[in-house]
Amino acid sequence: MCGGRPGGDAGAMSVIEVTDLRKTYDGRAVVDGVSFTVEEGEIFGILGPNGAGKTTTVECVEGLRAPDAGRVRVAGLDPVADHAKVARVLGAQLQQSELQPKLTVREALELYASFHPRPLDWAPLAERLGLTSKLTTRFARLSGGQKQRLFIALALIGDPRIVVLDELTTGLDPRARRDTWELIEDVRAGGVTVLLVTHFMEEAQRLCDRIAVIDRGRVAALDTPADLIRRSAGATVISFTPSVPLDDRDLGALPELASVEHKEGRVTLAGTDATVNAVITLLARHRVTAHQLRVVDATLDDAFLDLTKETAS
Amino acid sequence: MSTAVLRTELRLFRREPGALFWILLFPSLLLVILGSVPSFRQPSDGLGGLRTVDVYVPVAVLLGMIVGGLQSMPQTLTGYRERGILRRMAVTPVRPSALLSAQMLVYGAASLASAVLVLAVGRLGFDVRLPEQPVGYALALLAAVLVALALGSVVSALSRTTKIAGAIGSAVFFPSMFCAGVWAPVRTMPDTLARIVGCTPFGAAAQALDQAAAGHWPGWSHLGVLAMWIVLLTGAASRWFRWE
Repeated sequence: MCGGRPGGDAGAMSVIEVTDLRKTYDGRAVVDGVSFTVEEGEIFGILGPNGAGKTTTVECVEGLRAPDAGRVRVAGLDPVADHAKVARVLGAQLQQSELQPKLTVREALELYASFHPRPLDWAPLAERLGLTSKLTTRFARLSGGQKQRLFIALALIGDPRIVVLDELTTGLDPRARRDTWELIEDVRAGGVTVLLVTHFMEEAQRLCDRIAVIDRGRVAALDTPADLIRRSAGATVISFTPSVPLDDRDLGALPELASVEHKEGRVTLAGTDATVNAVITLLARHRVTAHQLRVVDATLDDAFLDLTKETAS
Repeated sequence: MSTAVLRTELRLFRREPGALFWILLFPSLLLVILGSVPSFRQPSDGLGGLRTVDVYVPVAVLLGMIVGGLQSMPQTLTGYRERGILRRMAVTPVRPSALLSAQMLVYGAASLASAVLVLAVGRLGFDVRLPEQPVGYALALLAAVLVALALGSVVSALSRTTKIAGAIGSAVFFPSMFCAGVWAPVRTMPDTLARIVGCTPFGAAAQALDQAAAGHWPGWSHLGVLAMWIVLLTGAASRWFRWE
């Protein structure tokens, strides 16, 4: 996609560069040629079905895994060879990890702060994540949501330039989830670049500037959430109950139509704005009244299902 | 090495009453129990004029090291790997190896503290003479701690889960205790058996400690056996250890 990139390290604005990344386990290509770049200050989402290679991809960015082929650069550095330097600018929240069971929240915050040259003050961070009343509680006694919030705090405590969050809001209740989204927006407003792995569409749609949809180890699409929705087949769904039955041939001839469905006298069409206009013209021409006419824009959910439908089948 | 990690691991170790008891107190307690038996405080011809309580001091010293290095440490380390604690540490500027070295220092120090306590209890409670070759004794102690930690590291490397680590630890525990002389001190074993036991890590350690306690420099053959085991086991552990 970027033919003429100069041979040097990261461009002025790209903080994460992944080029043709490949990783194979037991002869199975889990990541099979993934490329994307994340710009400074961006919230970049990685979306995909389970087992699509999302976590492996970000593990290569974090330096937890060495790629079999391809190139990964974080702030211009190789996350494996320059691990310590990358770890100083990159904060990570991992999908599956724990802390020592008898370590208290405060001890964990202090310990992880000590790893960094200029850490954040842990007290306001704990306050922001609703952990202040839990400071003396041991890790093993925290609820799932509290553990998750502690890990978000630990990802941020080093005052990183980049944070990688893998399944950020898993295990959080709806309120904590919304609070966390606000926190991430604030973090970004402070100039931090966010790489977000999620399978939660609402989260991706709300937070991400751009999204890479990864499916079976490849980038199936890379765009803004709005454009992903617009590009997907059947981005707009029109449904109505016609006063008299319509001819299937007339419906089939509608422009940019993705699908037609009849159910108990109700017609459901998926298409685009052009399809909507043509349906209205068609109804007017045949003097058909459309009862309970509904036009609904597709969501990121629909776009996602459309982009990854081959995997599901 | 990270002092913050070491401080944390030391603090966490203090929160483990089980480990504290079995490593720090139990060996001394065993000595007190044996020393309370009147006949064990009488010189015995079979022991070359020593008393049973004298002979059991090195055994109790090694017991703390075996429990600490072979049973407690592998369980902790395997748990750290199983729970992804090592992984979490791997995405910080401090590598997970900091946790490993902190663990070894904590368990090594605890085993040495236990040994000092055993010597003190023996001296104060039962009039056991302090090692007459202190430098040689310290050297033998250090070698024994290192071999226990190296053996424990191999157990951690080979165990996928804490359960397996517990099982392997127990399986190795009894032969180790036998070689250290808990059932029959090495000096009372028949020659051939003593020679075989002398080739094992804790058998060699027991004999080196015995010699230094009696005022001799520990034999180079025993120190050599210990050094060989330390090199071999450390090599095996670093080859097979998995971070996740």
